[in-house]
Amino acid sequence: MGLSGWRLCSVALAALLAGYCLATAAGVFIGSLLPVPRGEAVLIGMLCSFVVYAGAVIWAFAVRRPAQVWLGLMIPACALAAAGAVLAGSPL
Amino acid sequence: MQKITREDPSEGGFRQAMAWLHTWSGLILGWLLFFIFLTGTAGYFDTEIDRWMQPELPRAQPRADTAATAAVLLQRLRSEAPAAERWLLLLPVDRNQPYPGIAWRGAAAATGASAASGSARVDGSSGKTLAARDTGGGQALYRMHWRLHYLSRAQADVIVGVATLFMLVALITGVIIHKKIFKDFFTFRPGKGQRSWLDAHNVLGVAALPFHLMITYSGLVFMAFSYMPLILTAHYGAGGSAQQQFRAEVSDPPGLVEAAGEPAALVALGGLIAKAEDRWGQGRIRSIDIRHPQHSNARVIFHENIEKAAGNAGERLVFDGVDGTLLHTLAPATSAAQGFRGLLIGLHEGLFAPPLLRWLYFCSGLLGTGMIATGLVLWTAKRRRQAVRAAAATPAGLLLVEKLNVGTVVGLPLGIAAYFWANRLLAVDIAGRADWEIHIMFLTWLAMLIHAAVRPAQRAWGEQLLLAAFAFGALPLLNAITTERHLGHSLAAGDWVFAGFDLSVLAIGLVSGWAARRLWKRPRQAAYLPVAPAALDGTGS
Repeated sequence: MGLSGWRLCSVALAALLAGYCLATAAGVFIGSLLPVPRGEAVLIGMLCSFVVYAGAVIWAFAVRRPAQVWLGLMIPACALAAAGAVLAGSPL
Repeated sequence: MQKITREDPSEGGFRQAMAWLHTWSGLILGWLLFFIFLTGTAGYFDTEIDRWMQPELPRAQPRADTAATAAVLLQRLRSEAPAAERWLLLLPVDRNQPYPGIAWRGAAAATGASAASGSARVDGSSGKTLAARDTGGGQALYRMHWRLHYLSRAQADVIVGVATLFMLVALITGVIIHKKIFKDFFTFRPGKGQRSWLDAHNVLGVAALPFHLMITYSGLVFMAFSYMPLILTAHYGAGGSAQQQFRAEVSDPPGLVEAAGEPAALVALGGLIAKAEDRWGQGRIRSIDIRHPQHSNARVIFHENIEKAAGNAGERLVFDGVDGTLLHTLAPATSAAQGFRGLLIGLHEGLFAPPLLRWLYFCSGLLGTGMIATGLVLWTAKRRRQAVRAAAATPAGLLLVEKLNVGTVVGLPLGIAAYFWANRLLAVDIAGRADWEIHIMFLTWLAMLIHAAVRPAQRAWGEQLLLAAFAFGALPLLNAITTERHLGHSLAAGDWVFAGFDLSVLAIGLVSGWAARRLWKRPRQAAYLPVAPAALDGTGS
């Protein structure tokens, strides 16, 4: 299947770690987009984040090229996290 | 993997990748998921198992007179924790809360409290603690499905979180690789080795697919604050005060006051109970939560029972704890997101489910457990066939998976049976009794893994199933010898908690015995469970 050794480890790590980053970032972003109180934004973001996470894992193993997987997950994760933090008026 | 290459080449690549992901994530996490599903499924009967494991307790008497029971509980709290910050009165509404109970927090020994915080199960008429043997009960089994055991909360969260995520991934990829999902639903070809295991895996997976998806996704949502803490942090900032702020905004009832204020007499509960029962109906108050009792800022919060619907966490009424005015009436959910989350959690826990639906929950859980088990066996059946075909030595990985399969798929249920045996056989007064019940469960599981390691796979399946048949099937007998509440008695008395438990374990014993007998009758030369000789020459070619 052309996926073993370090490339397999890299794709699996990307799916787990970068996928987690993307899921969190998307959760923050989606919640902050909506015109709802922040408590509700947190709940909506959490509800969505797991769907994003599962999708990210599946996408990572469909692509199977480590570099593309890492970049494809981390670039949108950073963008969404930054946009979400600004929109949410994050205290961080 | 050869099978998939025969499919449409344009989408074969994607589907092949998904099949690979399904196979390997399922294999690596399969045993853990089996543990989670099995203990979680037992958890749908947690309080029933609790009661079977404490046979000294009287039968539950729900829907006793609410005001009288509350007065008894309050009296007990006054003597147990006179100056506590919070008193909680638990009323016996239904199977979720079969006995009255009390709990308190923020008391001090200097003011005459027996402990700073505590809880007790109390007799509703005498106010005395209902004493019974020390046991983990069904709660310990239920707790294991998300907290595991012998691990810290943080470790368990990471492990169970990753396993649940991959369960979701396995379900989605399973649907993707499964082109003929509805046709295959009606397909079962028994006695054909690998084919039969695939069919069984598909039928079990598809039959309860909505349940599997719901239980997995809601399991993630349940733990969202642990798994996705940064989403909360992004909106509220880090630290305990941010968490508190979030809780205050989302879930705390309004009208609470931080400071206790001056000492003042607590309002008589009788009038408030009458108001709440007028609104909700007789016997539908689940609990009464008193903040700053006997102070001027006292608040009394009534919680409605939750049996009406999955997403209905019940109303709350907030009363002033001195003059008894109704301050707030709170709907179960105050926003759509909270309502949806409440629905998912309600569906996951199934606390609202009446007996028939509870059995459906239990059966769906068993289907999920069976889906995982057949998936694990299917992995070995396929590779065993290839190894036999190639007439090569059995690969070490295949041997390992075969042994782990026996030792877990039969060994873990055997461990649970041993847990029940320990409950009846361990002396009532030994120290750490509840812990030892659980140690015995895990030691038995370990023993079964060792047994599986030293025995040939097919013999191990047969022997362990035979042992399981005895271990479960003889539990009603053990119960009859060690308690007064044997099956004849419980059936005659209409005690469906005890009769239900005894009959259920008897059924599990009979099914195990039937499976063991089938394996025993297999020709010895087949030497392996999942591949019947006919399947070797019949299918695949």
